[in-house]
Amino acid sequence: MTTQEKGQVMTANRLGDGEVVFLTRAGTWSEKIDEAALAQEPQALAAIEARAAEDVKANLITGQYLFNATRIDGLIRADHIRERIRTLGPSVRFDLGKQAEGKAGAFAAVES
Amino acid sequence: MYRYDEFDAKFVSERTEQFRNQANRRLKGELTEDEFRPLRLMNGLYLQLHAYMLRVAIPYGTLSSRQMNQLAMIAEKYDKGYAHFTTRQNIQYNWIKLEETADILQALADVEMHAIQTSGNCIRNVTTDQWAGAAADEIADPRPVGELIRQWSSLHPEFSFLPRKFKIALTGAPTDRAAVKVHDIGLRLHKNAKGEIGWEVMVGGGQGRTPMIAVTVRDFLPQFELISYLEAILRVYNLYGRRDNKFKARIKILVHEIGAEKFKDEVEAEYAKHPAQQTQVEQAELARIATYFAVPEFEKLPRLSKSFEGARLAHPDFKRWTKNNLAAHARDGYAIVNISLKPEGGIPGDTTATQMRVIADLAKRYSFDELRVTHAQNIVLAHVRLDDIYAVWQKLVEHDLAAANLGLAGDIIACPGLDYCSLATARSIPIAQAISRKFADIDMQENYGALKINISGCINACGHHHVGHIGILGLDKNGEEFYQITLGGSSSENASIGKILGPGFAAHEVPDAIENILNTYVKLREGKSEDFLTAYRRLGAKPFKEALYATA
Ligand code: SF4
Repeated sequence: MTTQEKGQVMTANRLGDGEVVFLTRAGTWSEKIDEAALAQEPQALAAIEARAAEDVKANLITGQYLFNATRIDGLIRADHIRERIRTLGPSVRFDLGKQAEGKAGAFAAVES
Repeated sequence: MYRYDEFDAKFVSERTEQFRNQANRRLKGELTEDEFRPLRLMNGLYLQLHAYMLRVAIPYGTLSSRQMNQLAMIAEKYDKGYAHFTTRQNIQYNWIKLEETADILQALADVEMHAIQTSGNCIRNVTTDQWAGAAADEIADPRPVGELIRQWSSLHPEFSFLPRKFKIALTGAPTDRAAVKVHDIGLRLHKNAKGEIGWEVMVGGGQGRTPMIAVTVRDFLPQFELISYLEAILRVYNLYGRRDNKFKARIKILVHEIGAEKFKDEVEAEYAKHPAQQTQVEQAELARIATYFAVPEFEKLPRLSKSFEGARLAHPDFKRWTKNNLAAHARDGYAIVNISLKPEGGIPGDTTATQMRVIADLAKRYSFDELRVTHAQNIVLAHVRLDDIYAVWQKLVEHDLAAANLGLAGDIIACPGLDYCSLATARSIPIAQAISRKFADIDMQENYGALKINISGCINACGHHHVGHIGILGLDKNGEEFYQITLGGSSSENASIGKILGPGFAAHEVPDAIENILNTYVKLREGKSEDFLTAYRRLGAKPFKEALYATA
């Protein structure tokens, strides 16, 4: 049986090199979506929003926002194709981006 | 070819140092993102889907081999070994680090280039024909006039706060390769019965959300009255253009709202107040600027080349490429070589560092050290001796640059779309690749004839889908990509905006839909000489709609 939990993930770009990152439960930024915190309760949401705002101030990240995602059997799938592409890299160049560097999300941009 | 003057060079090196300082302060936290964002955008640095993206300006799309080699160096050292040529004749790097951007800007400045974006509501870059100064059908090289307009406008305080940004395009040839009718102002050179030359002035074209075709306000403006007349147009725009709504502020909306006749009357009335007094100044300025676009030292050559004809006979692939990718040069013994950046299944406009170096080397050896980037995302060697063309082609073949599809179905224009662009609503590149693969056979492409397929990944229309003979616009429907097809667009001298054919398609359905459209055209055309656009204009949308939606 698959388990599914819906929630939101906080993402941003790392300030110095622009790398796409996701906020983890430990309050750090990971390059891998599967390490992201999936916020489900209003309190958890408020906490990751506050953390992101602080890290903007601390010059760690830029361009932060929340997106909808679903945890499926322990792995996080962004609901929208745009965010799935951000967890992978260009869908037309598998040799580039997270998918080429062992940092990819588990779900394809589009299921074929 | 175009080069910096001393003023530009000083300005650029100052700006580079300034940016280094700003970037360091941002990294240290002395500047907030809100403070820094406008500064980085001004320097061509955008935050895109995966990373920072740097957009580098290429004035008139023209590069020397030294500059192209430097672009290759940047791709290798600071990016992932490639870059993307855009429909705005720029080059974009997709994986840039903020920490390294100042070094890149310095590397650009070293070869007299920059990433400074003209921003704000002023006259933006002036664009022209990629075959300028070479094409056989050209009346005169339009680039000096383009530069005259650029210099005049960038110094003009009255026109630094227009209601909205403003783009001017011009062509010196009757065949319009500069898409002048979809610019705020388009200029086309004409020669009258007396042999004098003058400008046809068109106003109010544009793409984006509200695509429109420019209307002609003057059929034949004497050559040296141009600047005064442009001033009159801009004054009318400054006075009446809307400033309350960003989406209604372009001059196309004004022309549309008050009507072409009324707009014309206003311009003429304004022009009558200040008739061109300064035509001598204009003439002298133009002469000065023309030296920046000096004519290369062409050899006197026979019209035909034996070696060229021999190679054509001996190598059918070469012959086919010469048929599709060469254009007639104004000088005997020369041709314009068009390098297609659209190999089968490739990413339109993407070029590796190695390919850039190969092209730079070819330009240096065979085309007076000059190459040009086109808005169709291809590259032009403008002046190659017929005797050298076979050698050029062999080198291109070695590096996957010899696609013989210029102006055919495989020569697809596509913006980066959702694979790279943070504004995108759908992907463009995979659609281009799928179509390119479907029509990989050049025989098939030649049978379909002259064709422009344009793909944009959102309504901003960077892929110019409104003016594609077949336009494809990627949209988002409940989180799924879907694609709207328009037919009948054109950016040529007979410009038109494409019309939406019907309901959109899922990504995987698009190639079949395009094939269906093309087969319908082949069935109904009046012989092979009637190209797709002409047939569509004769037939209308109906048979295409029937073919496409009947089976669904
Ligand atoms: S058309 Fe849209 S998706 Fe394509 S490059 Fe422009 S803004 Fe990005």
